[in-house]
Amino acid sequence: MVMLRNKVRGFAAPRSAVLAGLVALAACLGYGQAVNSCVDCHSTMPDPLGVSSDKFSQDIHAQKGLTCTSCHGGDASSYDPTVAMGSKAGFKGKIDRRKIPDLCGSCHSNPNLMRQYDPSLRTDQLAEYHTSVHGKRLVAGDAKVAVCIDCHSVHDIRPPSDPRSTVNPVNVATTCSRCHADANYMKQYGIPTDQFAKYNTSVHHDALAVRGDLSAPTCTTCHGNHGAVPPGVDKVQNVCANCHVFQAQMYAKSTHSKVFQDKGLPGCVVCHTNHGIHMPSDAMLSTGPSGVCMRCHAPGDHCDRARASILANLTQLDSTIKQADDALRLAESSGMEVSEARLSQDQARDALTKARVTIHSFQAALVDQDIQVGMKIAAANLKAGKDAMVERNHRRIGLGLCFVAIAFMLAGLWLYIKKLES
Amino acid sequence: MFAALYRWLDDRLHLDGLIEPFRHKTVPTHRLSYWYFFGGITLFLFMVQVFTGILLLLYYRPSANEAFESVQYIMTRVQFGWLIRSIHSWSANLMIFTAFVHMFSVLFLKAYRKPREMTWVSGMLLLFLVMGFGFSGYLLPWNKLAFFATTVGTQMAGQVPIIGQPMMVFLRGGPQVTGATLTRFYGFHVAVLPMLVTVLIAIHLFLVQRQGMSVPPKVEKAWAANPSLRREMKFFPNFLLRELMAWYVAIATLGALAALFPWNLGVKAEPFASAPAGIKPEWYFLFMYQTLKLIPSKVWIVDGEVLGILGCSLAGLFWVLLPFFESDKPARTRTWITGLGIFALVFMIVMSVYGYVAQ
Repeated sequence: MVMLRNKVRGFAAPRSAVLAGLVALAACLGYGQAVNSCVDCHSTMPDPLGVSSDKFSQDIHAQKGLTCTSCHGGDASSYDPTVAMGSKAGFKGKIDRRKIPDLCGSCHSNPNLMRQYDPSLRTDQLAEYHTSVHGKRLVAGDAKVAVCIDCHSVHDIRPPSDPRSTVNPVNVATTCSRCHADANYMKQYGIPTDQFAKYNTSVHHDALAVRGDLSAPTCTTCHGNHGAVPPGVDKVQNVCANCHVFQAQMYAKSTHSKVFQDKGLPGCVVCHTNHGIHMPSDAMLSTGPSGVCMRCHAPGDHCDRARASILANLTQLDSTIKQADDALRLAESSGMEVSEARLSQDQARDALTKARVTIHSFQAALVDQDIQVGMKIAAANLKAGKDAMVERNHRRIGLGLCFVAIAFMLAGLWLYIKKLES
Repeated sequence: MFAALYRWLDDRLHLDGLIEPFRHKTVPTHRLSYWYFFGGITLFLFMVQVFTGILLLLYYRPSANEAFESVQYIMTRVQFGWLIRSIHSWSANLMIFTAFVHMFSVLFLKAYRKPREMTWVSGMLLLFLVMGFGFSGYLLPWNKLAFFATTVGTQMAGQVPIIGQPMMVFLRGGPQVTGATLTRFYGFHVAVLPMLVTVLIAIHLFLVQRQGMSVPPKVEKAWAANPSLRREMKFFPNFLLRELMAWYVAIATLGALAALFPWNLGVKAEPFASAPAGIKPEWYFLFMYQTLKLIPSKVWIVDGEVLGILGCSLAGLFWVLLPFFESDKPARTRTWITGLGIFALVFMIVMSVYGYVAQ
């Protein structure tokens, strides 16, 4: 507060004439509108004190009728700094970082108050925040941890649904990375700072940022937002299970689930990693560099044989589907009607996807059941494609024979006409 | 055996009396005689349409839920169904093409002149009906392209002042293109249009037989100056056998097109899906569609589309009545009518090509 007053005094002395002029001009331009001396003055100041009326008008709070005094106190109707920012007017000045969650929570934790703005808005953010690593550290006196304004920004807070919002799903990872990817800033906490770089290479980032699927996970989907904590080794599968339901159900019943739990291994992360999760491929079952099974299993053991069997079957189905696709495409480009087979190729692909999901049961027999369903359909479609090409060839032979017959008829007619006319 | 059967029938029906005029009927022979074949080829293709159409009727089901699947069934399961359906589609296009060729050949050979005005008018009406066949038949497989082309086509009909909206609702069987439109178009395609076309073909052929083949003015003049140049051939069998040869060529062409380029079925129509980009009508409507597209949305105070539709309608009406614009000074009239014909032909080709390549 003292610092702020000193800053204001520093401005007031040498620039009072200019400032007074600008304030008067702003007041004149705003004739007929509600007086807001805070914005009128602060819009002429450089950062960090500058807040333009344009910027503040974008803020959801301003749009809902709140003003600077709602958070900072003071009297926005007076152009006298000693009155506007006087203690009599309850002026709070710059809000201490440690008090920010409670200040925001004074409204956002009040269901009766929030209901009038948005009845569906949750009011447990502050309670959740206090359970988070950020919240606990803040209470312990660490002012470097994230408070509300670090994620939501300040003076131009937009609702999360706004694509320009710092907490819009597409922007969340970048917002978190402002601290978590800064090695110097995070030095004292001893946690990695490569999460953002890894996430940017992940299949989840691709789905969210490239394909625009807003349901795809970002940092807060797994870690929570206001109650952000690391998921914990034994809870990882629960986090993944929010979306990957079937895989989680099969994994829960598998032998791996118990073994991983006993050994304190982090479930899904053991094979798929965490932040840099790439698109899974059948190569994960291989013995090559992308293979994950042989990191734990010994060559030639029962599990290795099951792995090899699943991989061989998956490869065979995938290859048959591709062959059928090629055969049907060729038949279609030759004008043959194969749309039914083309449509049922989706069923074969579905069976392949299901088999890949069933891998999480780690039972070769179960995977094979799905594979056989897909193989039956793909083989029938492959045959349909080949049959169509045989049929095309028959048609062309038939056409050739017709041409010969027609040529004979034409020659016969021509000769007959000539004979008639001779 | 045939001679005995003929005698038996002749005793009862006096066939000789019916056939006699054909025995004496002749066709003028000159360097432009081959244009006479196009009318016959169009008639042959119409007969192909009737034959293949009846076969398709055995399996086709005219409802939004079953139409696409029934055509798919014809193409994949019915023995030679692919051939019948492809020939029906290709023959329809060839028939419209040969009908246009026939119309322009009649125009440039001046065959529309007195006393053949009624033949021209009946021919023009047949051309419009044949295009109606194309428009109504295009929707019947109920695929995506056909659905949206019909939506655009009927929408254009709706732009006609006063009667446009009721006409569009009548054509569609409601405000939108739905299963009701399909049933309606099916009715037009297999009942209304064939009946009208059959009657008009009968009139057209009667007039052609009654008045004989027209001889182009230049040839007529040369023959008048030197009667020894006059050449004729018997209609039966000489001309008819030649016509038969042309029909065989048409069959070979249809067979080649059907075997090498079977008519595509496309994707089933989804009325609630968005229209595919760059939707265009069939080639024979393309020149009209492109012309309408080029007209500005407002021309002075008149709506561009309304103006375009009115313009096309008036041009069509004018074309039907073209022979009646022949004046007493034939040379002058013929010059501008020929000029107009060349302009119309070039315009249609240019606009069709432009419409085909335009995005």
